[in-house]
Amino acid sequence: MIDLIEMQDVWKSYANGVMAVNGISVHIDKGEFVYIVGPSGSGKSTFIKMMYREELPTRGKIFIDGTDITKLKQKQIPFLRRKIGVVFQDFKLLPKLTVYENIAFALEVIEENPRNIRKKVMEVLDLVNLKHKARSFPNELSGGEQQRVSIARSIVNNPTVVVADEPTGNLDPENAWTIMEIFERINNNGTTVVMATHNKEIVNRMVKRVIAIESGMIVRDDEQGEYGYEA
Amino acid sequence: MKLRTLMRHAKEGAKSLGRNGWMTFASISAVTVALLLVGLFLTVMLNLNSIASQVENNVEVRVFIDRTATKEQQETLKNQLQQLSHVKSVTFVSKEQGLEDFIKSMGDDGDVFKSMKGKENPLPDAFVVKTDKPKETIDVAKAAKELNYVDEVNYGRDYVEKLFHVVDILRNIGLVLIVGLLFTSIFLIANTIKLTIVARRREIEIMKLVGATDAFVRWPYFIEGLMLGVLGSIIPFLLIAIGYHQVYDWFIGKNYQTYLFVKLIPYEKMTLYLGGLLVLLGAVIGVWGSLTSVRKFLKV
Ligand SMILES: Nc1ncnc2c1ncn2[C@@H]1O[C@H](COP(=O)(O)OP(=O)(O)OP(=O)(O)O)[C@@H](O)[C@H]1O
Ligand SMILES: [Mg+2]
Repeated sequence: MIDLIEMQDVWKSYANGVMAVNGISVHIDKGEFVYIVGPSGSGKSTFIKMMYREELPTRGKIFIDGTDITKLKQKQIPFLRRKIGVVFQDFKLLPKLTVYENIAFALEVIEENPRNIRKKVMEVLDLVNLKHKARSFPNELSGGEQQRVSIARSIVNNPTVVVADEPTGNLDPENAWTIMEIFERINNNGTTVVMATHNKEIVNRMVKRVIAIESGMIVRDDEQGEYGYEA
Repeated sequence: MKLRTLMRHAKEGAKSLGRNGWMTFASISAVTVALLLVGLFLTVMLNLNSIASQVENNVEVRVFIDRTATKEQQETLKNQLQQLSHVKSVTFVSKEQGLEDFIKSMGDDGDVFKSMKGKENPLPDAFVVKTDKPKETIDVAKAAKELNYVDEVNYGRDYVEKLFHVVDILRNIGLVLIVGLLFTSIFLIANTIKLTIVARRREIEIMKLVGATDAFVRWPYFIEGLMLGVLGSIIPFLLIAIGYHQVYDWFIGKNYQTYLFVKLIPYEKMTLYLGGLLVLLGAVIGVWGSLTSVRKFLKV
């Protein structure tokens, strides 16, 4: 079976000379749930950004669904991104659009048939328990709710992978747990989840595979891992 | 592209025109001014060019016959002239006829030469030689000069060349002016659209992250630029069309066509031509401006 995500000796140095990732090789199977942990500046965000071509590795290969995405032409990148849902620490919602519109927007701009849009949006809103807020604007929502909208948007196109960079970073523990339950639900539906996090409590209580990165290298990779750093 | 998508892009493009009110106004005005000048300039240039070639087509070689030549020698000369390549016709013009023509061509100033009629007539008899191509006048004139019993050879090429020279200078000045103006309007349009884009950076970023293609992101700005440019071409077109109509009617009304032996470019033809050109130029300016400013925002 082909691994869903496979990195082969991946390196990344930024234009300013910073060596963010230094020879990472990793396999992630379809349906896995993986935490990426490590000190600040160790290269977690860079690792994640390379999976959807926000950053291009300096060296190495990254296969997603059997395709080496480091070889994609500019024109093909949008189609890679349609297979990967991305969730951010700062939500990235459009303030002038309602919750419903924010999610529908993601489908409109990839030219989804309008007939399917409503059904799909309502489905994901249901999944994140926000059907009743469909007509609200982002600034009328709590941080946790906004993050749920952003997660709903990331999965509305049925991606095979959801990547999240510190999705609970701006949330209080209670809201963070609600978010984690949603990720768990998404993962149970068969979607692979890769999440960079600094949240020790979550990693240690919702036990999953843990990949620890330090100085741009994988220093630990445990099937039932733990956070391993002081909070 | 689906019609639905195109409608979406058009709507988005129109929306930002409204949102950036003042900048929209400024860039449409810039295009308007630029195209007005371009249009005026082109109208003048095209007409000058057309007049120059009309005159050029009328250029003839005048071969003055030596006064000592007999009737037979004149006949021989005529035959020789007809043998030259590129000669279309050779017509005899007596010295009396020549003076008449000259006096007529001088208009009111011709009166002073009337006293020359008769014995005082300084002109010799002449052959008027027409060539099949205007360009050939120089060669024909040179060849004619070598023939026997030829006193002098005149041809109007000088005047035509002067006219073309003026047209050339005007064209160069105009080109510099026009290029400057066009780039100013491109710059202004680019800036207007940049405003839209900066306001929508986040939107573009999200679009790109959820997998929108560059083309999809670009379309509304493309349309916005196109609208700015085309809107800017309307007023110049109307002004020039109306203005040219006036001038054209006046020119005809005063009978200048017959006096001056030259025609202006017909009104309908000019309007059609210029209209198409101005709209096209507007569109190019607009699209260019918009694409310039979108490019660097697509790198997400
Ligand atoms: N766009 C960039 N240009 C230059 N250097 C960068 C860029 N992004 C990140 N870096 C550098 O690369 C290194 C790794 O950064 P990265 O953001 O991947 O770390 P991180 O593990 O996500 O950190 P954190 O936990 O604080 O989010 C850091 O030294 C950072 O300063
Ligand atoms: Mg980070």
